[in-house]
Amino acid sequence: MIALLLRDLKLAFRAGGGFGLGLAFFLIVTVLVPFSVGPQSSLLSTIAPGVLWLGALLACLLSLDRLLALDWEDGSLDLLATAPLPLESVVTIKALAHWLTTGLPLVLAAPFLGVLLNLPVPGFSWLVISLLLGTPAMSVIGTFGAALTVGLKRGGLLLSLLVLPLYVPTLIFGAEVARRGATGMETQTPLLMLAGITAATVALLPFASAAVLRINLR
Amino acid sequence: MTLTVTDLAIARGGIPVLEGLSFSLHAGRALILRGPNGIGKTTLLRTLAGLQPPLTGRIEGAEDQIAYASHSDGLKPTLSVVENLSFWASVFGTNDIQRALDAFALNDLADRHAGNLSAGQKRRLGLARMLVTGRPIWMLDEPTVSLDRNAVQMFADAVRAHLGQGGSALIATHIDLGLDGEVLDVGPNKAKSKPIDDFDGGFL
Repeated sequence: MIALLLRDLKLAFRAGGGFGLGLAFFLIVTVLVPFSVGPQSSLLSTIAPGVLWLGALLACLLSLDRLLALDWEDGSLDLLATAPLPLESVVTIKALAHWLTTGLPLVLAAPFLGVLLNLPVPGFSWLVISLLLGTPAMSVIGTFGAALTVGLKRGGLLLSLLVLPLYVPTLIFGAEVARRGATGMETQTPLLMLAGITAATVALLPFASAAVLRINLR
Repeated sequence: MTLTVTDLAIARGGIPVLEGLSFSLHAGRALILRGPNGIGKTTLLRTLAGLQPPLTGRIEGAEDQIAYASHSDGLKPTLSVVENLSFWASVFGTNDIQRALDAFALNDLADRHAGNLSAGQKRRLGLARMLVTGRPIWMLDEPTVSLDRNAVQMFADAVRAHLGQGGSALIATHIDLGLDGEVLDVGPNKAKSKPIDDFDGGFL
């Protein structure tokens, strides 16, 4: 399992691996928002938590279609399915590798990009906490979507359509934590909901992903 | 370790291709799988490897025993030869790749990226993977595609060594490998039944 994780991380950092794709997208979105909505700092600080969360979500979505498709194309997915690793752990490791190369960099970059949007000072810690709790769910849900669409030509469009509705609860509660945190309000309820959604997806979806992958590999 | 197949029927894309197939593969023996294109040789190998369920029939002795090599080699172009092979070795719980590198003369290419290898060199690396799996039953689907005569000999030697150690191999191929194995011609087992009526049932 460790070998698979290390291989995926190595592949992500090698040429053409796609590391930085999500990060660059996130950077572009947040840099461009002040140009499009205007320079009023009060307006920017109102929308900052929501824009940062939406940017992170779309950046995450961008890298999903490569998650399993590359392994399917070169035949490694077939070989992994016949290897001693259970497919459930294969998809979990794939999701973890996706989170480490896409989700975690977004979490770490978010506070710096928050400055660009004039995010109120109390909001920074809540933004990081909410993204830290929410991005694993996005990777796990994304892996499920990738498993559903693996093997389809141009499956990326279908993948986005399937995954976006599943991202909505995470987006609502995650952005709510960041918004409430930024305005100094109580954050406990949305934070617990966010943590609950992440815990449930991480616990349940790998089994669903492995099951649909088995059907898709036939 | 004997692989026993009894009255097997298999389908590809919902259409039955082979039926009534029975054979057994004993330790130390090779079985050469022959039959015209489209008869279902690849489907048979995929079924035995556990990638798809059979329509009917039983497969015994296959669980966690099979190393499968498909048409594609499962190589990552941005990883080196050694990195590719070490990855599969550690998936199968070993770290001894030297024997595999020696058997397929890959030592000189060890640090080359797999993306820079020729088709035949990639194939050799894909076949070297079988040696690091440590599994007794090899399932090979057209293993000699794009190999030159020398490399075919290397491959035949590797299979012979594997059989000598008590392993067994089921090889779908159209060329003569010079192995003293029985030939399993699946031509007569071509399915005569109609396509599955119950589409949902066939899918599940």
